[in-house]
Order: sequence, then C-alpha cells, then structure tokens
Amino acid sequence: MLKLRDIQAGYGEATVLHGISLEVAAGEILCLLGRNGAGKTTTMKAIMGLIPVTAGAVLLDGENLAQIAAHEIPKRAIGYIPQGRRLFAELTVAENLEIGLMVRGHGSATREKVLDMFPRLRERLRQRAGTLSGGEQQMLATARALCIEPRVLLLDEPTEGLQPSMIALIRDVIVYLREQGVAILLVEQRVDAVLSIADRVAFIENGRNRDTVDAAALRADHSLVARYLGV
Amino acid sequence: MDFGPYLFLASLEGAVTAAVLALTAVGLSLVFGVMRVVNVAHGEFFMLGAVVAWWVASYAGGHPAIGFALALLIAPIVTGAVAAVADFLVLKRLDYDPERTIVATIGLLYIIQQTVLMTYGPEARPVEAPFNVRIYFPWFGYSTYKFFVIGAAVAILLGVWLLMTRTRFGLVMRATQLDRETALAFAIPVDRVYALVFGLGAALAALAAVLIVPIQQAHYLMGGDPLLLSFIVVIIGGLGSLAGTIVAAVLVGMSDGIISVFFSPTLAKIIATLLVALVLVFRPQGLFGKRAL
Repeated sequence: MLKLRDIQAGYGEATVLHGISLEVAAGEILCLLGRNGAGKTTTMKAIMGLIPVTAGAVLLDGENLAQIAAHEIPKRAIGYIPQGRRLFAELTVAENLEIGLMVRGHGSATREKVLDMFPRLRERLRQRAGTLSGGEQQMLATARALCIEPRVLLLDEPTEGLQPSMIALIRDVIVYLREQGVAILLVEQRVDAVLSIADRVAFIENGRNRDTVDAAALRADHSLVARYLGV
Repeated sequence: MDFGPYLFLASLEGAVTAAVLALTAVGLSLVFGVMRVVNVAHGEFFMLGAVVAWWVASYAGGHPAIGFALALLIAPIVTGAVAAVADFLVLKRLDYDPERTIVATIGLLYIIQQTVLMTYGPEARPVEAPFNVRIYFPWFGYSTYKFFVIGAAVAILLGVWLLMTRTRFGLVMRATQLDRETALAFAIPVDRVYALVFGLGAALAALAAVLIVPIQQAHYLMGGDPLLLSFIVVIIGGLGSLAGTIVAAVLVGMSDGIISVFFSPTLAKIIATLLVALVLVFRPQGLFGKRAL
C-alpha cells in the first residue's frame, strides 16, 4: 500500500536519508529499528511531506506523495502520531479531535468510535490538552490521528515514557488497527516491544536501509537483533 | 469647567483613542501570534485604510453616511487584499524567517507610503462623519460619532473574538499558531492561513482607520503613531495574547487621552514608552503573556 522507493531527504543542506526503500502492506505492521540519528523520524517526516524529498518516490497506491503539497498528504488517509505527541497544547481535547476530524470531513460517528476506544478522553473533552497526563496525551495524539480514519498510520515512538498499563493499551489499539486492515509504520526504541507486535522489521543505519527481516525470525533468534543494531 | 467634568471629557477622548488603538493593535498581535512576523508595515495598512476611505467617500457622493458605509466595507477588503498579496509575493518567499521579515516589512512600509504620496498626494483630507449630532452634557457638547467609534470598535473586537473561539477558521488559526508543522500534518493549508491572517491583521488596522478618519483626516504619514502605539500595546499586553492586547490598549489609550488633555500629548507618549521599558525589564513576557519555555 505504502511504498518508499529509494528516497533522499534532509534538512536544508544536510541530507539525512541517502536512499531508503520500504514497503508496508495493508494489515501489516512494519517496524523501523535503528540507533539514534539513523533517520527513523526523518523518514516519517519525509512521508508526510514535512521535509522535502529530493530524490526517489513515496508511493501510496501508485500516487507519488512527494509531488503533492504537504497539506494534501493527510487527506489521502494517512494518520501521523509524531514523536513527543505534538498536541495543540492550548486547545481542548475536543478541539484537538476536531482538527483530526476536519482532515477528511468526518463527523460525530467517527468521533464517537474513537472516543469509545479511549473512554478516558471522553471525561476530559473540555480540558486543555497540555494539562493531561503523559498517558492521556498519548491517547489523545492517537485518537486525533484515528479521527482521519487512516488507511496508513505512522507512529513515532508511541510508548516513550509511558507506564506499562498505558503501553499495553496503545499496543492493543495498534493490533486492533492491523486487524482492520490499516498499514502501520512503527518507530520504536524498545526491541522487546517491537518483536511482540511487528510483522516485519526494517533496520536502518545512517540513512540507508539494511535488511528487512520477518519478526518471527528475530523472535526465534535474538542474536540477530544484536547483530543488526550492533549492541 | 470644574475638574470632574474635565476628567469626564478627557476619559471620553481616552476611550476613543483606546477603541481605535485596540483594533489596530489586535491586528498586529494576531499577525505576530500566528505567523511570528513582526509587521513594521502595520501602520501603513492603517494609513491605506484611511486613504481608501477618503477615495470611496469622495466618489460615492450623496449623503455622507453612504460614502462612510461603503468605506467601512471596501477599505478593509482592499487593504486586506494588498496585505495578502504582499504575504504571497514577499513573506512566503522568505520562509517567514523572523529577522528577514522585519527588513521586508520595513521595505513594504516605504513602498506603500511612497506609492500613496505619488498618487494621493501630500495633503491631509477629511472624510465627513456619517452623522453629526451633538449630545449636550451640562458642561459641554460632544459628538455622538465618537460614541459610535467606541461602540463599533467593541462590536468588531467581539466579532474577532467569536471568529477565533467559535469558528472552524478560528480553530485552524489557533492550531497553526501553536504548532505549524503538526498543523500541516493534519491537512491545514498553512500558506493559505498565513495569507488570510496577514490580510485580516491589515483589515483590522484599515477598519480602525476608517473609524478615525472623520475625526483625524487622511494623510500619507499618519501611520507612524498607530504603529508605535500598537507595538507599545502588544509588548505591554504580551506578544500573541489577544486579551492582553485589548487590556493594554485600554490602559494605554485611556492614559494617552487623559494625559493629553491635562498635560500634553508628548508627555503621554513619554509615559507610554517608559511603561514599555519597565515592562520589558520587570516582566519581559508582558502582562498577560506566557513565559517562553
């Protein structure tokens, strides 16, 4: 469904991605693993058009996203949960969700569905997003992206700094979305968290792809992970 | 005249100044808040509003109220359009870099000012007030038009507040202000929002000018004072805080009016500028601003 073909991208003069190729199918979780600075977040930003893609193509069902305006990309049903959540902190929970709903003109049906997944948010609709706890903020960031009714979901370190019960909740949501046929691209630091839900794992180093491996193989042989990550 | 009535008159003058200043400063504050652009040309948009108002009023003919009503409609639209075009042609191409946009808007200031000088000329021209009924207090008579200015400014500010808090466009503006990149990732056309906000900011300055031009006359150099006072108000109120801007406008406008009547306009400006210096030293984020993290 989503296919990156040899993309290069970076910030200003500095090229960070030197040719990344990936493919995520519907109903699949592809996880990006790599050390800090390997280009995982940059890959996500390049897909969203937040930084210019200077070479290669980002194909969604054959359409090259690298050639359309950044604000048109989410309308193709791509939901993005950025690193550090990036909520609109001064807006209320309800307003944050409204921003998500407006992307593709969804209404109260979608809103109710999303709130059913995160009942805690329903109690806090009028509260300012910045005053939520860390776990609730992650729920809201996820809910906001789900308001798009995404076919592709990009999650950048969704469990960073969360307590175990919250990690389990986020994980359940991700697995549920996979069952719904969403193509999921996940960046995650914690290897055990990755192995338990990923279908395939793509290793990235210095802005280049290394191997993409079935998660099952990694689960069977942990030493593979150590070899790829060099730890 | 006794002190009491004299103070009353001074307060009325102050309220008119405050009303017009609040409109102008909210335009400046909105542009800075959402776009992080310090618009040095803001006073010229004010001036452009007044000049367009004179133009419209002098071509309209008939009862002065017709010309004035048309000016109230056309001047902000024309000025807003000029600003939106300037945003598209200049600011967008500078990538809204904070320093370079200051220099660019200084250039814009001179372009607008000199263009008006070349076409409209150096004369100061009045626009007739839409109505000229005087209301008589026991001590002095006062133009009802000035009350209209205060009422109109309050109504427009209420409209801006409703726009910001109750409409989708307001939500989009606030989201863009808070996090430009995430706004883009949620399909908000940031470029278009910026052009509209810059246009809206200029239109508010133009509206303020249309309201004041029956009292003050249109002149190509009239933009200086509103620019200075707007900056004073925005700094005292807290950059990017609309509520703070309005409170500061009332504070500065009232004291400007009162001090001008009792002492001199120069002293009023000295005190306002001193107040800015004190605010910058003791509370750099402004009275209502949030401290930057």
